[in-house]
Amino acid sequence: MSAPLLDIDGIVVDFSTRAGDARVLDHVSLDVAEGEILGIVGESGCGKSMTALSIMGLVPQPPGRLTSGSIRLAGRELVGLPESELCDIRGKEIGMIFQEPMSSLNPVLTVGEQIAESVRLHEGASPRAAMARAVEMLRAVEIPEADLRAKAYPHQLSGGMRQRVMIAIALACRPRVLIADEPTTALDATVQAQIFDLLQDLQRDMGTAIVLITHDMGAVAELADRVAVMYAGRVVEKGAVGTVLSDPRHPYTRGLIACVPHLEPDPPAVRAPLLEIPGVVPALTDLGRGCAFAPRCGSRIARCDAEKPPLEAMDGGHLTACWVARA
Amino acid sequence: MPLARILLTRIGYGILLLLAVLVLNFTLISIAPGDIADSIAGDMGGADASVIAEIRARYGLDQPFLVQLWRYMAGVFRFDLGYSYFFETPVTALVLERLPATLLLVVSAQVLAIGLGVLLGVMAARNPNGALNTLVTFLSLFGFAAPVFWTGILLIIAFVSIFPIFPVGGMRDVTVEGGWLAQALDIAHHLFLPMITLASIYIALYSRLARAAMQEVLGADYVRTARAKGVPERTVLYKHALRNALGPVVTVAGLQFASVISGAVVVEAVFSWPGLGTLALQSILARDTPTIMGILFFSSLVVIVFNILTDIVLRMVDPRIKGG
Repeated sequence: MSAPLLDIDGIVVDFSTRAGDARVLDHVSLDVAEGEILGIVGESGCGKSMTALSIMGLVPQPPGRLTSGSIRLAGRELVGLPESELCDIRGKEIGMIFQEPMSSLNPVLTVGEQIAESVRLHEGASPRAAMARAVEMLRAVEIPEADLRAKAYPHQLSGGMRQRVMIAIALACRPRVLIADEPTTALDATVQAQIFDLLQDLQRDMGTAIVLITHDMGAVAELADRVAVMYAGRVVEKGAVGTVLSDPRHPYTRGLIACVPHLEPDPPAVRAPLLEIPGVVPALTDLGRGCAFAPRCGSRIARCDAEKPPLEAMDGGHLTACWVARA
Repeated sequence: MPLARILLTRIGYGILLLLAVLVLNFTLISIAPGDIADSIAGDMGGADASVIAEIRARYGLDQPFLVQLWRYMAGVFRFDLGYSYFFETPVTALVLERLPATLLLVVSAQVLAIGLGVLLGVMAARNPNGALNTLVTFLSLFGFAAPVFWTGILLIIAFVSIFPIFPVGGMRDVTVEGGWLAQALDIAHHLFLPMITLASIYIALYSRLARAAMQEVLGADYVRTARAKGVPERTVLYKHALRNALGPVVTVAGLQFASVISGAVVVEAVFSWPGLGTLALQSILARDTPTIMGILFFSSLVVIVFNILTDIVLRMVDPRIKGG
């Protein structure tokens, strides 16, 4: 196997808060190959978005800081690069779309300008050529009457349209990696499906690798090649989508899968209750010595409270950080 | 709605407002005790009732209130704001002669206050723990707390008495000769201290407003989007963030125009700047009613015009603003 396109190796991000230091990312390692879709799932606050911001070099600091680890894009180390070089990578090599299409576009600039700006910056294109590219991108994300829409302001567009514009901005310079941070959370179910279809089509056409951050297990099952499950700042399970979803080893992954409602055309007489994972994600300032999931875990053993389980290969061909699964 | 139509509506409202201001001013001044006749009689060292009645008749003050009001309004429509007994000139000519000086002072102070205030606010918002942020806090405390006349006097002591680099007052030096450039430089030289004095309060106000608005905007999702596109920090600040933060500053600056003009009255008095403010002071002391009303009329006009301009600027800054 060739070297991965994006290789995140053991990154640690700490935040200083009033309640003490919080380890927001704890030795997170992920990799994405060219043209691959990697899903990152987990509840809110488990470090998914922070992983994305770390890749972009956009961790707010202070209070945050990346204390160790490395992030390599096609072999080039991104950690510690000066801001000016990071600016050249953002938007050009790595594009990003955010979960809030309503507020992620600048209200005082036309959408055409917001796409064209990136093209001017990274490719030195003339204003006219950049605007032509913007219209072309709007067409690519299937916005009707693209040349008219380019002159529209964000408030004149619907939520789904705005997310399409966000995708157009992120892909305008044909980046090698696209990070999609919950791209459909704020959208209607029908629009969600359209956006996912669009992402898949674009990925096929452009060969972009996608890091898809979501808590929609259905989307992961359908789109992703591999999946990483995160909990309390750590990757607790990762592997090919097929194996992880059909044979989850970590109790947290099992819990997440059990939470997904199923549509059944013929409901059985006794319906299986929709499960939930009891409790909430712990505060990152007071994680104990043991497994962070232990307090919520139904199958915990004594060792879980004493020691953090390392991420290790299972016989199912994927990695899990769980003492019980290992036993 | 197209801009032209909004503009016409605004101008229509402005004219109605101006008429209302005229009626109100006229009424208020008629209610106030004492009139020109008393003042003239006082100047003459006292006069008997028949002389006072004669003066009243000459200025039309013996007519019923509504007739006086009607005559005055009819005059206004012919750009005739009455005759100043004290200055012995038609009021319109008198006020128009002084208006440019006040406009120059007020507009330059506003431009300076907005420009410097916004710049300080942006730099302070960018680094909330930095020295500049402390400076903005200090400046705004000082600007709000220090009375304008006191700031003016301090500046005169510092830059006229101790370091004599600026003239003590007035608007131009009669000994300066030369073309328009020399004249303009001379006026700028005289303008500097009064402009700084008048701007000081507003620099404080606008820098605080700009800082608060920028701090909010810098946390917005679209600023993160701009950074994720690889936009350099300077462009993020001045293109993506500042345009969104300008709204509150422009709105308040428009509303403050009236208060800047009243501030100018004090500043003009301190620096003997030959504008409407010194004229207002003189005519109030002389109970020169037509002149006072003329000044009020023109300052209302200026405030209304600048409010309309503010509205246009707001619409240019933020495309979301619609309607009249």
